[in-house]
Amino acid sequence: MISIEKLSKIYTSKEGTVIGVNDVSLDIKQGEIFGVVGYSGAGKSTLIRCMNILERPTSGKVMMDGIDLMSLSSKELRKARQSIGMIFQGFHLAMSKTVVENVSFALKAAGVGRVERKKRAEKLLDLVGLSDKANQFPAQLSGGQKQRVSIARALANNPKVLLCDEATSALDPHTTQSILKLLKKINSELGLTIVLITHEMEVVKEICDRCAVMEEGRVVEEGNTYDIFAAPKNDLTKRFIQTVIDFTIPEVLFDKSEGTIVHLKFTGETAGEAIVSDLLQHHKVRGNILHGKVDYIQNQALGTFVMELTGEAKEVRGALNSLRSTLGDVEVLKNARSIDQSMARAE
Amino acid sequence: MLDQLINLWPELNKSFIETLIMVSIGLVVALIAGLPLGLLLFVTEKDLFLENKWIKSVTGVIVNLVRSVPFIILLVFLFPFTNLLLGTTTGPVAASVSLSVAAIPFYARIVESSARDIDRGVIEAAIACGASPWLIIKDIIFPEIKSGLISGLTITAISLIGYSAMAGAIGGGGIGDLAIRYGYYRYDNFVMFTTVILLIVMVQVVQYIGDLAAKSVKKG
Repeated sequence: MISIEKLSKIYTSKEGTVIGVNDVSLDIKQGEIFGVVGYSGAGKSTLIRCMNILERPTSGKVMMDGIDLMSLSSKELRKARQSIGMIFQGFHLAMSKTVVENVSFALKAAGVGRVERKKRAEKLLDLVGLSDKANQFPAQLSGGQKQRVSIARALANNPKVLLCDEATSALDPHTTQSILKLLKKINSELGLTIVLITHEMEVVKEICDRCAVMEEGRVVEEGNTYDIFAAPKNDLTKRFIQTVIDFTIPEVLFDKSEGTIVHLKFTGETAGEAIVSDLLQHHKVRGNILHGKVDYIQNQALGTFVMELTGEAKEVRGALNSLRSTLGDVEVLKNARSIDQSMARAE
Repeated sequence: MLDQLINLWPELNKSFIETLIMVSIGLVVALIAGLPLGLLLFVTEKDLFLENKWIKSVTGVIVNLVRSVPFIILLVFLFPFTNLLLGTTTGPVAASVSLSVAAIPFYARIVESSARDIDRGVIEAAIACGASPWLIIKDIIFPEIKSGLISGLTITAISLIGYSAMAGAIGGGGIGDLAIRYGYYRYDNFVMFTTVILLIVMVQVVQYIGDLAAKSVKKG
């Protein structure tokens, strides 16, 4: 649906050049929700603004539904923008227009007649759940309601793509949830492709099918959201995931522990199996869960547990081996003293 | 005192009408020419949808040029032009030529600065909707600054009342002319005070009406 090839955006000023986006290539598929995460200044906002040429890329290509946006005349570009909706962190509603007038403005931009405008605007407000606020002014609305109006405006001309520039960053967690739900609903009901940029990994976890992580203008990691959460490769990605799934064990507890502390990750298939109880039955070890959580990402379970295994060194090692054979990678955070000693003896 | 006032009345009435003519013509021209000029200055600004460095700087320089000439000098400077246009340089209509020339850039700057107060994001959202520049000006910028435009017109009107006194002094007529002819040249304090009071009342009324109108168009 959206194909970005080797896109770069360089700002040149008297003070020198600043690279906003550095050689980014992305392929966003029809009907998916694609997230771009990064800290502020990572270039994600510039990237999304290049997707409807609000900023003209310095080099590279932006293909939207097979159309090369950079090659269009300003008139053709206006036409193309009508099928690319966009919402912003600051909502950007015209304060002197009522809610319904704000929505009909987008229709007017597309040359829709007065009667049709009224009809469609009402339908859109119904979709976002604001029919009763049609004749109010934006100043009378809450943040979440304003964002709903801007979603209605963005959807006015039946776009194929919706770009969300930090759309939930100015909202409280509860309102964020309701806006995300609405986006999800639009995505599944209208089959709309959604690109959203955010600094909140929670948002990605909640609704994105795939995501990319950006740092200093580059995409450092990209993939299926579940895979990214299950096995992040880049340090920055790991840090972002830690903001959502954090398993730091208090140091006191860590030092006091007598046994072997392991970090277990249950993904996909294994998440549903009773691995821990099997383990405790087959090996003479005691398991003590220090930390644990099962997250559901795209309806798939991702379980993370930190466990302390105590028992004879041989048994613990055996337990670890069988864990490794079912789970693959098992991270040992701390070896029990007895194991240290037995290893020392072996040497 | 009443006798004095009755004696003065016909002259006062005539002057009042003359001032009214000068200010009204100046205002109408300011609105017709200054408003588009101000919008042009705004939309050609850097990072805006009709960004144009050349148009922006050329119009900017012209506007500053006119604004930097003291009004009394502009008045005399424009005599040949007024003469060419109307065949005369006296009377309120002739005076309104230079008043208009002064009012256009004055109002244009006010329009520009009120447009600058618009949240750029709103304009950006309109661009993202695929709206044409004309639609953005007409349907976003204009309604957003309507109340500011009226306040600006009030400020312009009051400045024009002041300027009209100067224009009057060199052949334009009006209240200012009356004040100078009787009050200043003839040391007639009564006329002086009467005209000053009249000017004060005029300014108050204009401000009051302007505020009322600005408030009534304000939405949201």
